[in-house]
Amino acid sequence: MASVPTAVGAPAERREGREKVTGTARYAAEQPQPGRLHARPVPATIARGRVTGIDTAAALEMPGVLTVLTPENAPRLAEPDDPTLALLQDSRVPHHGWFVALVVAETLEAARAGAAAVRVRYAAEDHDVTLTASHPQAYVPEEANGGYPARSERGEPDAAFGSAAVRVDAEYRVPPLHNHPMEPHATTAHWDGERLTVHNSSQGSTAVRATLAQMFALPEERITVVAEHVGGGFGSKGTPRPDVVLAAMAARHTGRPVTVALPRRFLPTVVGHRAPTLQRVRLGADADGRLTSLIHEVTTRTSRLKEFVEQAAVPARIMYASPHSRTLHRVVPLDVPSPSWMRAPGEAPGMYALESAMDELAGELGMDPVELRILNEPDTEPDSGRPFSSRHVVECLREGARRFEWLSRDPRPRSRREGPLLVGSGVASATYPVQVWPSTAEARALPDGGFLVRINATDIGTGARTVLAQIAADVLAVPLDRVRIQVGSSDLPPAPLAGGSSGTASWGWSVHEASSQLAARLAEHSGPLPEDGLAARADTTGKADADSPWSRHAFGAHFAEVGVDTVTGEVRVRRLLGVYAAGRILNARTARSQFVGGMTMGLGMALTEGSTTDEAFGDFAESDLASYHVPAHADVRDVQAHWIDEDDPHLNPMGSKGIGEIGIVGTAAAIGNAVHHAIGVRLRELPLTPDRVLAALADRGGKGR
Amino acid sequence: MDSHQHQDEGPATRHRSETTLRVNGKPHTLTVDHRRVLLDVLREDLDLFGAKKGCDHGQCGACTVLVDGRRLNSCLLLAIALDGCEVTTVEGLSGDGEDLHPLQRAFLDRDAFQCGYCTPGQICSALGAIAEASAGHPSHVTDPTAPSGEPVPLDRDEIRERLSGNLCRCGAYPRIVDAVEDVIE
Amino acid sequence: MKTFDYVRADSLEEAADAFAARPGARYLGGGTNLVDLMKLGVERPAALVDISRLPLDTVEELPDGSLRIGATVRNSDLAAHRAVRDRWPALSQAVLAGASGQLRNAATTGGNLLQRTRCPYFQDVAKPCNKREPGSGCGARDGVHRDHAVLGHSAHCVATHPSDMAVALAALDARVELYGADGARSLPAAEFHRLPGDRPEVDTEIRPGEIITGVVLPAATAGVPSAYRKARDRASYAFALASVAVAVGVDDGVVTSARIAFGALAHRPWRARRAEEVLLGAAPTEAAFEHAVDLELSAAEPLRDNAYKVPLARGLALDVLARLTAAART
Repeated sequence: MASVPTAVGAPAERREGREKVTGTARYAAEQPQPGRLHARPVPATIARGRVTGIDTAAALEMPGVLTVLTPENAPRLAEPDDPTLALLQDSRVPHHGWFVALVVAETLEAARAGAAAVRVRYAAEDHDVTLTASHPQAYVPEEANGGYPARSERGEPDAAFGSAAVRVDAEYRVPPLHNHPMEPHATTAHWDGERLTVHNSSQGSTAVRATLAQMFALPEERITVVAEHVGGGFGSKGTPRPDVVLAAMAARHTGRPVTVALPRRFLPTVVGHRAPTLQRVRLGADADGRLTSLIHEVTTRTSRLKEFVEQAAVPARIMYASPHSRTLHRVVPLDVPSPSWMRAPGEAPGMYALESAMDELAGELGMDPVELRILNEPDTEPDSGRPFSSRHVVECLREGARRFEWLSRDPRPRSRREGPLLVGSGVASATYPVQVWPSTAEARALPDGGFLVRINATDIGTGARTVLAQIAADVLAVPLDRVRIQVGSSDLPPAPLAGGSSGTASWGWSVHEASSQLAARLAEHSGPLPEDGLAARADTTGKADADSPWSRHAFGAHFAEVGVDTVTGEVRVRRLLGVYAAGRILNARTARSQFVGGMTMGLGMALTEGSTTDEAFGDFAESDLASYHVPAHADVRDVQAHWIDEDDPHLNPMGSKGIGEIGIVGTAAAIGNAVHHAIGVRLRELPLTPDRVLAALADRGGKGR
Repeated sequence: MDSHQHQDEGPATRHRSETTLRVNGKPHTLTVDHRRVLLDVLREDLDLFGAKKGCDHGQCGACTVLVDGRRLNSCLLLAIALDGCEVTTVEGLSGDGEDLHPLQRAFLDRDAFQCGYCTPGQICSALGAIAEASAGHPSHVTDPTAPSGEPVPLDRDEIRERLSGNLCRCGAYPRIVDAVEDVIE
Repeated sequence: MKTFDYVRADSLEEAADAFAARPGARYLGGGTNLVDLMKLGVERPAALVDISRLPLDTVEELPDGSLRIGATVRNSDLAAHRAVRDRWPALSQAVLAGASGQLRNAATTGGNLLQRTRCPYFQDVAKPCNKREPGSGCGARDGVHRDHAVLGHSAHCVATHPSDMAVALAALDARVELYGADGARSLPAAEFHRLPGDRPEVDTEIRPGEIITGVVLPAATAGVPSAYRKARDRASYAFALASVAVAVGVDDGVVTSARIAFGALAHRPWRARRAEEVLLGAAPTEAAFEHAVDLELSAAEPLRDNAYKVPLARGLALDVLARLTAAART
């Protein structure tokens, strides 16, 4: 046994890699079946009101158009928990882009033409899509996303702030942001009598099955949801989306397989987005830099359909020791599309504000921003008082500073000029909670000497297949190539979604346990295995979701160097370096890719990505990939991810924390702080596009003269 | 004139015509809806799903294939206008055998992808870009004083610029550049 | 997208005849913008006359030192052409600053000139747009217009022309050659595109049924130091926020020729005639450049959210002017 090399931690190659590089990996829309139809939704063109009539005659006359589903003829569905899925059930239009009809046709071309030919009449009502901090309908909800209390308060934050020796009081704005995974949301649905099979681009098909069962009034056993290959999600595929409901409805209505692949332009509206946040941060400190008051207040928006509150003030409860503190979320319901999860909801926008404010405080104090953070490191979680299971943010800052050669910089803003460029560097910390959910898994020893692990995990590009096989191989003490794994189907043992950076911990725990049980059974077993092998099944309910006395979070530190073109205001990131403390890293190769990927999305958040709510029409002005600028190759130069090994016994059997989201968390702040260091002006609204940077440079130029 | 209008047939067939494409070396004669783009011919008619539909408007590069050796966005090419063209998709790169194309191998070695959806487009685009550079095509970042007509050496800046028409939301960019460097060295 | 007839033309005459015989026809070149707009429902041609295989795919050096670029020459081949790179570098640079490698491999010279604005209201058939649907209004003027025009716009339209290539052609005194029912004619590239006025639906001076057969770069601008610079929201694969093409000659401490065109500021490439006039005969000093460029941009009438374009364009122009004249000034 000792001769088997340890699989966990090794940079094992992705198991599905060959299929992906040869183009044979099949995604949800790539499921040809005899008689398959294509369906295309028709989006509403008003922001609020009712549909008063839908004229489908012209569409139905088009060759290849089979039917048009509208609230008049669409199958009746049970009311879903998620109101965004109550599609074609009534005439209400809650926001621009809400689907009001579905054209089902023999071909993609006919579906597109048919959708263009549907005439919808509306009774439009006045709409309000404008978020302001003083909006009269703003309220404090019970909870923010993630189940966090909307408000927390310790001590007397206002008084402490008022009497602080050094103060920062600043407002930051993050615009709506879009997930835009490269694979648009898609579903192929097929009914066989009263049995429904769907291929769905999803981060978790067990939950999709439950939703379909409820809405279509079917027992779960009669539904199979397959998500074998998923082209990214970043939160937007964490819950069922309209494509799966529409495809199942259309397939039932027509009796034929139907694919609904959402056009890219529809995604911003119907698959969730990061809600905009208006954030006010107040930091009070004594003359030495110790925080005496920390106040983080967030105003965000939600739709009329459901309450989603971006939990941007939550990281302020974790990060810094301060005897007095308040965090608060307020939300305004508007006639806008429903916001939802986007990579590190809460942490990403919240830490942009908090870590920018910390940089401002360091400037006020004349302190190094790394040292200011270290000085304010708490002994226990500030809000809850719970001890940290492990917390190595200081080590991340120190290690990052060393690798980045942080101390070699001249800390004075606007001190480094290279021709037309102003160059600066910045730092920010990152945090992301450890989340873990109960899961089941099965491990089976086969007579041929191989092993089969079965679990409805979803590999959305994280490398889940590979890492789970590594975990099983180690527990079973067999070489990695002896372990086969099946994921991505709701027929497999149920498992939670790939979201909240919880996948590997949740799934891995049950794989670990099933493998351990199997190893024990094998140890007791003598003679050849029966024909179908020997199996063990684990369910971590009660363990994975047990209350922990520990405050469990991953931490990290980001360092960025930017060049700002003083002629154009263009900012380019020259170097981006992250150091993370995220428990035990289970696969160095795929982990690095996830960290770098998160940092890249953070680069986009800082510099290029921003969506605008059109006040007249209530939709997003940037609805395609030509106008919503996700970073391109040329934007992403030197990006490095490193980590500090943590040995934390309070997590799960693997000792891992989640890594999918922390890479984005502090990146925008680090880049924003670097821009401030470069140009000597603080910008507090993302993204830092040339128009804003030019204005800041002009402002500074004026003052300078 | 090469008319594709068949006057004596009904209106339903006036908008369909025959076109012949060689795809990965195999000839295909298809009667296509004039509206059908190459991407949908590959995916709907030929069951070749390597070229991906990421945006359908030439804004992401996931559908990139090689047409007569040049990289193009297959989502914007009407199939009817490609009559007689030679198309190579990611499925055609490794030939009939088990051996991967060196660039496919390099993508695996470098972990140059995560979700894999942009990957076929990145690979086809990189092959096109390498050919363009060796044919002397400059890019936005090529030194304007570099001698025209000479092959352009592909450093990392050149690779990044030339592959910028291929978006990757997983952020595999640095690894993709590594992989491309591996095959040009 | 509605269905359409398709005809491939083998000669100019065939193309023009096929077009004339089919009401609602459009010419198809590389298709990068037309097919995109057809999918959006913005363009709804009854027929496509495919001119992408016309024998207009060569670049010819003419005896008088000018260069004729055929209309179906692909953008990537144009940018790589030795004569273009060596003698009219601003054109090569402009083409390479636009779109992506894949799109440049498809897009043609003629099609690039005829591409439509990327205004989001134009692209959304559910929204008002006087360019797409005359009389329906302009959603952008009081809407989201950070990318829109600051020069030459009208109450009816604030769109910009998206081409990089056209900006360089305008600056380099290129001519656009056309073929139509009335025979062949040519127009200065700088006057090929229109200002919107009260007819924003008309982008260019091209007549119905006319085909662009090529563009000619004149000997007069061959070898004159020239360059193109563009600012954008990301480092590549994005339309210009502002851009400039400059060709400037200096002899004996005096500006002997000055040609400047701005991109992304107006409904057409904006040839900076006033700036050019005051530069001619002046010493190539920073002050002279500032005076000239400021004079030109004093005509700007920014909208609520795009005033940044004026200093941005100013900075770009001053930078390129300084760079191109650096040798002559030392």
